[in-house]
This record gives sequence, structure tokens and C-alpha cells, in this order.
Amino acid sequence: MSEQTGNQMTVNSAGLSKNDYRGAPSTLCLGCGHNAIANQIIAACYELNLVPEKVVKFSGIGCSSKSPTYFLSRSFGFNGLHGRMPSLALGAMFGDHTLEAIGVSGDGDTASIGFGQFKHTVRRNLPMVYIVENNGVYGLTKGQFSATADKGLSLKKQGTNPYLPIDIAMEALVSGASFVARSFAGDPKQVKELIKAAFSHKGIAVIDIISPCVTFNNQEGALHSYTFGKEHEVPLHDISYVPPRDEITVEDFEEGTSREVTLFDGSSLILKKLEKEYDPTNRWEAIHMLEDAHRSNELVTGLIYIDPDQPTMYDNYNLPDEPLNRMKESQLRPSRQSLDAINASMI
Amino acid sequence: MTEENQLQTASKVNDFCITFCTVNGSGSATANNLLFRCFFRMGIPVSGKNIFPSNIQGLPTWYTIRLSKKGYMGRVEKDDIVVALNPTTFAKDITYLVPGGVLFYADDIKTPIERSDIVAYPMPVKKLAREAEVASNMRDYIANMVYVGVMAQVLGMSLDLVYETVNFQFKGKKKAVDSNFAVIKAAYDWAAANLTKKDAYRVEPMDGNKDCIMADGNTAGALGAIYGGVQFSGWYPITPATSLPEALNEFIPQLRKDPVTGKDTCIMVQAEDELAAIGMTIGAGWAGLRAMTATSGPGLSLMAEYLGLAYYTEVPVVVWDVQRVGPSTGLPTRTAQGDLTETYFLSHGDTQFIILIPGSVNECFEMGWKAFDIAERIQTPVIVMSDLDFGMNNWVTKKFEYPDRPMDRGKVLWEEELEKRSNEWGRYLDLDGDGIPYRTVMGNQHPKSAYFARGTGHDEFARYNEDQVVWERVLGRIKKKFETAKAYLPKPEIQTLDGAKIGVITMGSADSAVLEARDLMAEAGLKVDTMRVRAIPFTQEVNDFIAAHERCYVVELNRDGQLQQLLSLEHPAYATRLISVAHMDGLPLSARWIKDEITAREEK
Repeated sequence: MSEQTGNQMTVNSAGLSKNDYRGAPSTLCLGCGHNAIANQIIAACYELNLVPEKVVKFSGIGCSSKSPTYFLSRSFGFNGLHGRMPSLALGAMFGDHTLEAIGVSGDGDTASIGFGQFKHTVRRNLPMVYIVENNGVYGLTKGQFSATADKGLSLKKQGTNPYLPIDIAMEALVSGASFVARSFAGDPKQVKELIKAAFSHKGIAVIDIISPCVTFNNQEGALHSYTFGKEHEVPLHDISYVPPRDEITVEDFEEGTSREVTLFDGSSLILKKLEKEYDPTNRWEAIHMLEDAHRSNELVTGLIYIDPDQPTMYDNYNLPDEPLNRMKESQLRPSRQSLDAINASMI
Repeated sequence: MTEENQLQTASKVNDFCITFCTVNGSGSATANNLLFRCFFRMGIPVSGKNIFPSNIQGLPTWYTIRLSKKGYMGRVEKDDIVVALNPTTFAKDITYLVPGGVLFYADDIKTPIERSDIVAYPMPVKKLAREAEVASNMRDYIANMVYVGVMAQVLGMSLDLVYETVNFQFKGKKKAVDSNFAVIKAAYDWAAANLTKKDAYRVEPMDGNKDCIMADGNTAGALGAIYGGVQFSGWYPITPATSLPEALNEFIPQLRKDPVTGKDTCIMVQAEDELAAIGMTIGAGWAGLRAMTATSGPGLSLMAEYLGLAYYTEVPVVVWDVQRVGPSTGLPTRTAQGDLTETYFLSHGDTQFIILIPGSVNECFEMGWKAFDIAERIQTPVIVMSDLDFGMNNWVTKKFEYPDRPMDRGKVLWEEELEKRSNEWGRYLDLDGDGIPYRTVMGNQHPKSAYFARGTGHDEFARYNEDQVVWERVLGRIKKKFETAKAYLPKPEIQTLDGAKIGVITMGSADSAVLEARDLMAEAGLKVDTMRVRAIPFTQEVNDFIAAHERCYVVELNRDGQLQQLLSLEHPAYATRLISVAHMDGLPLSARWIKDEITAREEK
């Protein structure tokens, strides 16, 4: 990152200031965790020197899905149907596979109506950053239980939730996700670092971010509340993303307590283990860890699983370097002679 | 005169109907297709209809081949010849024969033949199959070639022609050609030695198939799309649409490699369901790709919400609806024209969709590429309404014609063009007064190119907006596009007879029976003009046709007379002139039924 000082605004190595990454003012409730996440997306893209025109945003329906307008206003975006952002993103990204995709969804959008599309897109390993702003409640319709709400949670007008919650990170893992992380909207540094790592990952990067709803679901003791998040958050490791061109060394990380994960673009993600030896490249370990966390009622955050080498959806195709949406008629319409041959084969 | 002589006197050449009664999964399709191809290569106009169950193996299946020297392709209700290989339906199958008709039957079927007014030829199917030099697991399959050989001899086909056709159909693979032809030849020789011809049916070479090919509508639609430059298809299997994306899968590797780099220029993704298939397709259309999907009624219902989003966000996509019998799961393997009303009113709120209705397999090809031009020009979904009769049956049709014009990619602004217009441009701003705005697509690097597409209220600059004035203005402008669209849509096909005061209106595959009915009625002294509607919104020509006739019968393959209802809705001044002649039992319409229905109403 190159910094300029003096009267000029600080810009990154793409020559852009943080303002170039901002969006329209948020219309969500004051204090909503989603706003904090939007701010970290802005910070992450700025620090990664991404060009906004090289990023495409997607969302479904719900409070979470409004948020793509609050960042990267110079990026194309498509606000699709409830739960059906994954299919929309998949089709669009084949239009220009050289771009980066970021999708923002919610727990209703991903874990209820969109559960099928979420899991199938994970299974295909479509390259995209897939953020779930998980608050355990339907905010936009004023406070119904979502599929990630805690069992036993009581909400005004709704009574007590009788069902077990769906764990989005676990669902991503068992569907074969190549990058699964969890964070907490109240931990901006970790959110930012995970988003940066997610953008550098080659396949789908699912980040389940517990994002408390200040209006409808912020009871003490509930998983999706600020107080619970702050008290029960158990970071797996401090992570710091190191861009490939950055000369800064990992001075914060002592040898022997760090693990470096090399990402596709040559950049690396450094993980600092806190309480126990944790290997984020071991899927079995990841599932085991999540199950343990459930039993001990902990909110485990950090990079849960990564497989940087898993083939992506693009690898299944013999895609041209040139974006498909820039192709000309001469590349798309077969010759007259080829049609003559087809006619001759149908006699 | 003996009965035998009487039958021969009424010699029937190149004008009769054969039904093959078999069990599905028995491999009879190859033999049926072979006979079809033989007739086609003799120059005899021929059509085929497969009536099959929603099942993989073991249930009755009928395949009907109609030879018509006048070129009629519609269904007929009676059989001249029955080829009976299914003991369970044998007794009933015989009842469909006309007097003087012919029964070819497998001689191991012991059911008594209770008709004396037909000619019956037994065929030693099992015996000849046993003698064939093929692996035992191929024996049942190759047994179907026995009836090919027997019929070739009895109907008077040249064995050389049959050989050439076998060689073509099996793509010159010597082993397959030899083993199949050996059985045909053995059966042919057996028939020559053991059967005495007592019936009147014969085939003769003629010149009725000039510039024609044999193809089904799904393959034609897929090929049309490929020549239209399709770049993306998200799809989900559903009868009877499945063979359309499968044809894309078959032909894309050979036709759609980039000429320079050899890379793929069309992406096929089998989706997890129709909800995802249309989502992917709309995503691709929004990103600037020529995107399509193919489905049938149940899938179209699932796609309704996303197509409403595409309507309002103005995304070009092409959807093929290969119609089958509904409601609900209905009759998945039977044909219908029952999705018209659904498509016309698809999705909630004020919506509108461009509908194209091909009337031949050749037109499936043509609309296959034209649909993209229209979708991208108008920036809206285009639904192509085919049906099972076209989609899954082989038809003799005019050769596919290479597109006669360059692709119309519509109003797309890339960096340079946008720079010129950057001060005035808004994604949903009507700069030309035709209702069609200019669009940019992702990947455009101009800093003003991006916009956020959304199904929520938005203004001309794609900004979130709930203002009542803006909402009405934007929706009004979108409506205007559909007026503009009329200039780009295929016009109806109109055929007139001197002095006709009555009109007959139809669409799609019903046309073949309507044109035949017109001739039958003319022979009986009732002259009618015909109009085949090819697109909705209806163009001025449709209005003019209705206006020019005292009465118009609207003939279609559904229960409620959906086309008649829509025509009445759009032409209220003429609503009382539009009389529904609709019928739906899962079978294609027949000319006789149409003629009887119209004649009866005229006599009232």
C-alpha cells in the first residue's frame, strides 16, 4: 500500500482513496452489525487495492441484502430474489470470470429459502466471497425466528423457538466448502482480515458473521447478541493478511506459534494459534472443533477450514482468457458451412 | 369380383397411416426411425408421432407414421396399417384399423383376430431373431428389424434403398450395419417366399421432400440457439424439454469452440432445480451473455418469480417452454398448448412477456436465434412456446437456413460509447423515446458504468426509490417497450382463399391439422382463410385479419381456448367474432375433428 501525505487524500496502490470504495449511506438501524461489516468490506477492498470496477456485488432479500448498496458504489451489483442470490451470481460470473464476486446474504436468505442454492453453490466451488450476516432473526419483517435462532429463544409475539439452530459454518463444511470462516460483527479487525483472506481465496469463501440485530434479537444470553458474542467469542487464532507485494514482515507473530497458509495469488494468511493446536486445512478437525464448540456453547471465530487447492467451478470449463461478455459475433456464430454439414446429416 | 380384387382396386399409394404397437424400452424406436427415414428418402412426405407413457420400461407405446403425398403432417385417428408386437394391447390395437386395413403381427401372439375386414400377415419375429448372428443380449433389440424387412417387401420398397438408409443411420459402422441389415434381408426374403400380398397399400418414389431434412423441434431449437450465439444455459431436466439442452450439450463441443483459441464460448450448467436454472440464466443475461433455459409447465411455474424480476430489471433472457399436458404433473409425455395463459400473465404485479410460437421444426431453428435478437433489443425475457409434438417427434421440415442478418445485440454501452454519453446516461433512462434504455454490463471499466440492479422500486438512474410518481413513470416506460417490440416480432402467417368470409386462427403445432382441415372444408364447399399467430404481443396484422372476417374460429390444443381468450382480451371490439374450437386429450389435433367442429357450428 502506498501512502501519500500532505494535502492529498491518502490513496492505495490502485491510486484510490477509501472514498472510492464507499457506498450510499446505510438505511439500516443505528448500531446494526451489518453496517460494521459493510465498513470492513470497504476497508478490506481498499487495503487489497481492488479496483471497484473489477468487483461485482450480489445479494438476496432481507436486511443483509440491502447492504451491498452501502459499499463499493462503483461496482456493478444485482439484488436478486430471496435465497436465490447464488444462482444469479453463478450465471453472472460466467459473463466475466476475471472479476471478483462478493455476495452478502442473511440467515433467512441462506439457511431457509436459499439453503439449497447455498449448498449447491458451495459444492460447485464458485469463486466468490459469500458473507452471511447472521442475526438469528427476520429483521425486515419485524422479528420472526430464523433457522439459525437458538433453541429455547423467546421473542416478543413469537413465543419460544422449539427447534435446533442450523450452523451455517457446519453446513458449508459438509457441503465441501473450500474456505469456511466465522466471525463476529463486533470484532472489526478479524472481520476485515477474514474478508481480505476470502478475496484472495481461489474458490468459494463462506464467512458466517454473527451480526446482532439491535432491534429484534439482542437479548442477553442469546447467541446472536452483542453481550453473548463478546463474552463467548473464542478466536481460533489471530489472523493477519499479508498482501503479496507488502514488505512488512510478520513481526506480530512469533515463530512456532504461527501457521502460514499460502493462497492462490501467492499471498499468505498467517494464523496465530491461541489455546490449542488448530489445523485449518484438516476438514475432520474442523468438524470436530465445531461440534465441540456447540457442546461447550462457544462462539468459535476465525478461519475454520481452507483448502486452497480445491478446483473451482471455472476449472471445469475450458474458459477463454477474454471475458465471454466481450465476445463478438465472429466468435459466437458458427460458419455457414457448418450448418450445411448439419443439414446433410439429417437426411 | 373377389374381396381380394376389390381391395387391390382401391390401391393406396403413399397415402396411409401406420401405427407400431410396442412396449417401451424394447428398442423399437430405432426400427421406427429407420422406416421413417426410408420413406423420407423415397421423397414421400412423412410425419411421425410417438405416443408413449411416462415410464422407462414395460408399458405400451405407440408410434404412428403418416405418409401423405399431399404433405399433410397432422394426426389421423384411424390406422391403415397396424404393426402389433405387444400382446397386452393387441385386441384393442386392431380396432383402430380401417376396413381393408392391414395387420402385421408377431406370430407368437395367440390372441384371436376378431375382424374379417382386414388383411393379417403373421411375422416370425422370434424365429428370425433367434437365427440372427448377434449376441444374445441384442436379440430382442434386433427383433424389431424383422418388421422392417417384412414391411419393406409387402409395401414394395427397394432393398437397396433400405440398405443405404441402414448404413446412414448407423453411421457406416460395419458391424451394426451388417447385423441389422442381415435381419432385414432375412425377413424380406421370408416375406417374399411366404406371404401373398392381399392388401392395397404400396409406396412409390416421388419428389415430395425437396430441400427438406428430418429433425425434431428440440434439436432444431438448440441448433438455432447455437447459431444465435447462445453463451450460457442453466437448465434442469424435465420431460419433454430435456432433449433441448441435451442437444446443446451434443453440438456445442463441435460448433462452439473459439475459432482462434479453441476455448469454450458457451457454458452449460445443470442446475439443482428450475429456480436455480432461471436464476443462473438471468444472471448471465444481466452480465451481457446470450442466455437461455428450456423447461416445461411445472418448471415455468417455478421460474415465474425470477422472470418477473427480469422483466422489471430489464434483463434479456430466452426461455423455451416445451409444453406438456397440465395442470400439475398432468400427462408429462403428452402434448398440449396449455401454458399460453400462464405465460401471458406470468409473475405477480403488472408484467408482460414476449412470446414466440414456432409453427414448424424449421421455425424452431429460426426462432432459436431470433429470440436472442429480440430479447437483447427489447431488454426483456422472451418465452418460446414449443410443445412435445414438435420437441420430441421427428418431422420432415425445410432445411435450416443460416441467419439472414447480423446479430442484434441491442443497446449496450461499453467504455467508449459510454464516455460519449456519460453526461446524459442513466440505466433506465429512455434517451431514444422508444422505451428502451441503454445498458451497461459488468466488466465495463468506465467509472460511471456501474449500477445496482434491483427488484425494488428504482428511478431512471437505478437508485432506490419509492416515490409514487417515479414508480408509475418507470412502469409506464417499460410498457412502451412492448409497443416498440411489435416491429421486431415475426408477423402472423396468413393464407387466403378467394371468397372466404370465415377465418381460422391457430398457433404452433396445431397448424398442420388446421391446414389440412382447411382443404377438407374447401372440398366440401366451405372456404376459410387461415392465420397462424407467431408472436405476442399481437401485431396489427392480427387485428386486421379478425376485422376482415365475419367469424374467426380459434383452433388450439387446450381445454379453455386460451388463445381465443387472449385475442378477445386484446381485441374487445371483435370479441364476439372469436369462437373457440379447443380440445385437449393429450393427443395432437386431427384435421377431421377440426373440420367437423367448424362445419357443425357453421350449419347451426
